[in-house]
Amino acid sequence: MANDGTILTAADLAGNGAYGNDPDVHGKFGIFGGRYVPEALIPALDEVAAVYEKAKNDAEFLREFDHLLRTYAGRPTTLTEVPRFAEHAGGARIILKREDLTHTGAHKINNVLGQALLTKRLGKKRVIAETGAGQHGVATATAAALLGLECVIYMGQVDCERQALNVARMKLLGATVVPVTNGSQTLKDAINEAFRDWVTNVDTTHYLFGTIAGPHPFPEIVRDFARIIGVEARRQMLELTGRLPDAIAACVGGGSNAIGIFHAFIGDESVQLHGYEAAGHGLESGEHALTLTAGSVGVLHGSRTYVLQDEEGQTIESHSISAGLDYPGVGPEHAWLKDSGRAVYHGVTDDAAMAAFSLLARTEGIIPAIESSHALAGALELGRELGPEATILVNLSGRGDKDMGTAMKYFNL
Amino acid sequence: MTTLQTVFATAKAENRAALVGYLPAGFPSKEGAVTAAAALVEAGCDVIEIGLPYSDPLMDGPTIQDAVHRSLVNGTRIADVLRTVEGVAATGAATLVMTYWNPIDRYGAERFARDLAGAGGVGTITPDLTPEESEPWRAASAAAGIDTVFLVAPSSTEARIKAVVDCCTGFVYAASLMGVTGARETVNVAAEDLVKRTRAHTALPVCVGLGVGTGKQAAEVAGYADGVIVGSAFIRRMLDAPDEAAGRESIGVLAREMAAGVRSRA
Repeated sequence: MANDGTILTAADLAGNGAYGNDPDVHGKFGIFGGRYVPEALIPALDEVAAVYEKAKNDAEFLREFDHLLRTYAGRPTTLTEVPRFAEHAGGARIILKREDLTHTGAHKINNVLGQALLTKRLGKKRVIAETGAGQHGVATATAAALLGLECVIYMGQVDCERQALNVARMKLLGATVVPVTNGSQTLKDAINEAFRDWVTNVDTTHYLFGTIAGPHPFPEIVRDFARIIGVEARRQMLELTGRLPDAIAACVGGGSNAIGIFHAFIGDESVQLHGYEAAGHGLESGEHALTLTAGSVGVLHGSRTYVLQDEEGQTIESHSISAGLDYPGVGPEHAWLKDSGRAVYHGVTDDAAMAAFSLLARTEGIIPAIESSHALAGALELGRELGPEATILVNLSGRGDKDMGTAMKYFNL
Repeated sequence: MTTLQTVFATAKAENRAALVGYLPAGFPSKEGAVTAAAALVEAGCDVIEIGLPYSDPLMDGPTIQDAVHRSLVNGTRIADVLRTVEGVAATGAATLVMTYWNPIDRYGAERFARDLAGAGGVGTITPDLTPEESEPWRAASAAAGIDTVFLVAPSSTEARIKAVVDCCTGFVYAASLMGVTGARETVNVAAEDLVKRTRAHTALPVCVGLGVGTGKQAAEVAGYADGVIVGSAFIRRMLDAPDEAAGRESIGVLAREMAAGVRSRA
C-alpha cells in the first residue's frame, strides 16, 4: 500500500517507464504492436490514447479507480499458499495470487473498471466488448450496470453454448448479448464483430477491449489496468516470504492476466516468468492455441504479433477446452517478451489442465477456472524442475464456477 | 495494360466519373469470378478491384463476408487471386487487388508486388494498412511499378487526410460513411464533404465507396467525385441469383445502370 492508505499510485498504474517495457509513440513493442485498422478508427484510438494519457496522471482518476478496486472489486486480493497441492510439484513452495476472489470471479474486473471510468471521461454512454469465456463480458456488463452505461457484448455462438451460465449472467446485468455466427464462432470472430460495431457507432461508443491485444493504445491501457495484480503480489510476497519468488506462472490466451502479474517483476532479473498457452489436444493434433510456442509473426486484430496462420496469412482456428485461451493471436508485449527471452512460453494440454483443475479442488478446496488450471499444471512441472527450494507464484486468474458444465462432461460428474 | 492514370484522364475528358467494381476472387467460383468481372467491364466498369479473400475481414459487412467465406471454402489461394487478376486485366480494365494487410505481409511485400505486376495488376487497395505502417509496402510497390491506394474516412482529421493522401498513388479511396461495406438506402452526406476536404490536400482523383447500390446513387456521387466504387450491390445480386449465368446477367444490368449514372452527373 502507498503511504496514504490507497493501493494505487500513478507509478503503480503505468510503471512510468521504470521497467523499460513501454511501447513507443506508435504503440510499438520492438517490431510488435502498432495499428493495422481502418482509417475510420484512427481518430477514436487517438482520442482514447489522449484521454488515458491525461487520466493516468490525474490524482482524481487514480482515486476513483482505487476506490472501485478496494470497495467494489475486493482488492487487494490475498495470497494463499497451497502445500498439499505443492506435494505434487516435488515439494516446491507454491503460492497463489487469488484473482478468483475478486467480484465477478476473475481478474478481468480490474481492466473493466479502469476502462469504464475512461468511458465516462470520453463522454460516451455505450460500451461494447468481445468475450470468449464470458468473464470479460460479465465484468463489462457489471461495470456498465454500476456506471449506468448501455452495454452490448459480442460472443461467438460456440462460446455462448459452452458458457451458457455467463450468457445468463450478462443478461441479468442488463447487457445485450449478440451471438456471433460467422467464422469459427469463437473469440476471434467476436472481436471482428465488435470492431464492425465500433466503426459504425464510434461517436457514442467505447470499445472496452478485454485483453492486451488489438491496436495501440489497447495493449498498453489494458496492461496498466491489470498491473495491479503484480504490484500487489510483489509487496505481498516480500511480506510473506521475505523474498521475491523464483518463478511466476500464468496462463496466456490474449495475455492480460499474465502481463498483469509479470509486469511489476520484469525488472527483477532473478524472477523467471513463465506463460502457459493452451496446447489443446497437443501440438501434433493441430488442435491447439499455441500462438507464441508454435505460431508465426503476422497481423491480427490491428496488431503485429504472433498469430496462428497458414503460409498465406489466413488465420488458423485455435482450440482449447477453455474458452478464455481459445484465441489464435496474443498481446504484442508477450511477443516482445518472448523474442527478448525475458519470458518463456509453454503449452499445457487440455488433459494436463483438467488434471490440475481437479487436483487443486481436492487438495486445497479451491475450484480454479480451467484457464488458470493451465498455469497450475505449468507450476507442477516447474516445481519438479526447479526443486524443493523453489518458490513459485501462480496467478489464479479466475474461479471455476463457470466451468462446471465442462467439468461435469469431462469427469462424468 | 490500362493504367489508373489513363482511366481517370479518359473519364475526365468525357466529363464523367469512372466506375469501379469490386468482386472477390474465387466467388462464385474461380472461373466464375473472371467471367463476372468481364461482364462488369463489358457493361461499363472502368476499373475492377479483385478482393483477396481473408479469414478475418473486419471492415466488411455481411454480404462481402458471405462471398469471401464461400471463396475460402472453395479453396481460393493467392495463386488463384493472381490468375484472376491476369484474366480480368486481359479484358482491358485497370485491375487492382483489394486486400487486408496480413496476406501480403505473409507472402512477402516485394514478392507480392512483383507477382501482381507480373499478372498485369496495376495496384492495391489496403484498407487496414495505416500510413505509419505502410512504408515497406509503398517501397515494394514503387519498385514493381504499381499504385498504392489508401482510405480516408469521414472521421479523418485534416492531418490524417494529408498523411493518407501522401501515401497514395493512382487515386484516393474516400469511405462515404463510418461503417462496414454494404449497400445502403442513401449515400451518406458526409461523403461530399470528405471529397472536398481530401481535394484540398491532393491533385489525385478521389473515388467514393461504401454504400453505393443504384444508378441514381452513382449519378449523385459522380456529381462530386472522380470515381464511384460499387461492391456489395453486385455481390448481393450474385448471391441471390439461381446460378452463375443468371448472376452475371443480373450484375451486367446493374453495372449498365451505374455506368449510365456516372455519365449523368446529378
